[in-house]
Amino acid sequence: MTMYRNLSIRQKQIVWAWGFLAIPVLFYVVIRFYPTGTAFLISFQDWNLLGSRTWVGIENYQKLWHDAVFWKVFRNTFAYLLIGTPISLILSFIIAYHLDRVRFAHGFLRMLYFLPFMTSAVAMAWVWRWFYQDVPIGLFNNILAGFGIPQINFLGSITNALPSVLAPAVWAGLGFQVIIFMAGLRSIPVSYYEAAKIDGVGWWTVLTQITLPLLRPTIVFIVVFSSIGFLRIFDHVFNMTTNNPGGPLNSTKPLVLMIYDTAFNSFDMGYASAQTVVLFLILLVVSLLQLWILRSDR
Amino acid sequence: MTNKLRQMVYGGMTVAAGLFSTAAHAVEIEYWQYFFEARVTAMDQLIENFEAANPDITVKMSHFPYADYRTKVAAAIPAGEGPDVVQLFYGWLNDYIEAGLIQPLPTDTFDPAVVDAEFFPMVQAMKKDGQYYALPTAVRSLALFYNERLFDEAGIEGPPETLEELVEVAKACTKRDGAGNLTQVGFTTGMTAQDHHWFREVLVRQMGGEPYGEDYTKVTYDDEAGQKALDFYIGLSRDHGVTQSGFMDEPQAAFKASRACMHIDGSFRIGALDTVRGLKWGVAELPANAEGERSNYSSYWVNGITSKAEGEKLEAAKKLMTYLTSDEAMQVWLDVVGELPAKPSVGMTDANANDEVFGPFIRGLAYAHTTKFANESAQRQQMVEMVERVFLTDQSVADSIAEAAAAEQAILDEYYK
Repeated sequence: MTMYRNLSIRQKQIVWAWGFLAIPVLFYVVIRFYPTGTAFLISFQDWNLLGSRTWVGIENYQKLWHDAVFWKVFRNTFAYLLIGTPISLILSFIIAYHLDRVRFAHGFLRMLYFLPFMTSAVAMAWVWRWFYQDVPIGLFNNILAGFGIPQINFLGSITNALPSVLAPAVWAGLGFQVIIFMAGLRSIPVSYYEAAKIDGVGWWTVLTQITLPLLRPTIVFIVVFSSIGFLRIFDHVFNMTTNNPGGPLNSTKPLVLMIYDTAFNSFDMGYASAQTVVLFLILLVVSLLQLWILRSDR
Repeated sequence: MTNKLRQMVYGGMTVAAGLFSTAAHAVEIEYWQYFFEARVTAMDQLIENFEAANPDITVKMSHFPYADYRTKVAAAIPAGEGPDVVQLFYGWLNDYIEAGLIQPLPTDTFDPAVVDAEFFPMVQAMKKDGQYYALPTAVRSLALFYNERLFDEAGIEGPPETLEELVEVAKACTKRDGAGNLTQVGFTTGMTAQDHHWFREVLVRQMGGEPYGEDYTKVTYDDEAGQKALDFYIGLSRDHGVTQSGFMDEPQAAFKASRACMHIDGSFRIGALDTVRGLKWGVAELPANAEGERSNYSSYWVNGITSKAEGEKLEAAKKLMTYLTSDEAMQVWLDVVGELPAKPSVGMTDANANDEVFGPFIRGLAYAHTTKFANESAQRQQMVEMVERVFLTDQSVADSIAEAAAAEQAILDEYYK
């Protein structure tokens, strides 16, 4: 106690600050950092959850390098990212840009766009999965068949399956991005637009010279946020392809699903951890890259 | 006086010893299984019967969600906690033996020769180095479900007896719309469901092959018989047009919705079909080949004694295991859970073997095989992709089965290395 009494006010503030910070710090160390560190450790071991762990060095990583499925999955993961992020970014911006101007039923429309974001991904994936079925139960194919158009094989085709799985995932994330974009649009000072109006500038110039540059922080946030989301895509894929997870022929399998499968179906924890470490590195590199590309002082 | 005192002391000691000895005899053992309501109900009933017959033993049952089961068992036993008798899927047994989590069943109570003689033959998959490690109370097998209403509608008399008849019946029972899209399949297919078992243990054998060799460590279906089996399977859709993989999402969904005339599934499906309104269904044995040869696949959950059980707990565990593998327990399991008895002495009674619903399944047990999986889901995946490659990438049947066999062999090699 005397020790505390002898501290200066500034030092006392620090003690209090750390006192309060201790709980979240402890939480992060125990719940986040400890398992993360353990995952790195297990990635150099062989463990089937039952027996003891044995050291195997970099064997798991070598196996990963030579695993054809892993490279297929690697490409899929980036396909989700490279198709999903731009499409959802552009769509959500267009929706937010126009929704911002709508006066009629504004709140109701905003709610409609936000609703999918609040819906459970599992329920949504199952409903879409049934939409995609062939006749007699698939909604889309029943409509096509009604017009005498040949059926489209959505989830059962190597080429169509990935976009079919991605579509509801984009739709589900849209509401959140629209809300963030609208907040960004509202935060741009009206005086800029007024000045542009006085100068008689066209809407395209206003969009490209005022709106988009001032939205940069919002765009950075959404790009990083949705990229991480698409790199970690799992629930939509898993639920839309439960019978044959990631199929057909691994054409929809993302990295997270491969990790899940290795860990909880094959019980190969070492190999699954090695995949997790790779996913971690991908997420890290992609996020740093985006922050660097979209940083404000360029 | 001293004598009296001595007598009293001795007397007191005797009473105390008596008290202690009854206390010591009241053994409590733990039993673990995963949570499935009917299984828990059946087990409660069995434990009650067992405790009535063995008043000095109490059995405490714990159950967990299926998803946590493996980790819980693995964490508890080495720590000296957890079950003395544990229920496992037969396919996990190897992992548990290797991790030292379960001990062989003592041969004084479970003489391998007696078990060989008393149980259906596929239970021998639980024997390792001449000793049984675990035994099932109940088993499951496959059979052909058929929709009686759709059969009547198509003028079909009864279920097919042979593979050839299967194709003919399926043809008569298939419906398409004006654009040629299937609206009702004669027969369901889907390697993701039970078909991978049907293919490996039934079709390959019926075409004259052997799916595996050397105690399931070598893949041997990559030969003429295997190709014939795959060709038959693919042909159902490619040549005969009586089915489509993934029709109505899942085979069992199509059958439940009366959009499929015939469907191969396990005995565990009976409960789900019983509750479907308006569905009139029957069961038949899996079709034989032209020579009348039949085969079947059987899987089961087994009970084993963990390495934690020692001394009097081991003795109690042995008694519980004996009861769980008794005829009485098997009948209870059949009545409550709907799973088939693991012994012919219960299964082949007139009432059971000729039961309209259970009969075909039970008769199938006599010629059933149990695949020893190293990794069931990964091995199933090879079957799924084998069919997908033929349909989606135009690979030939011979190439596709060769690729599947090589990939499955790699899984086995890694497991048994």
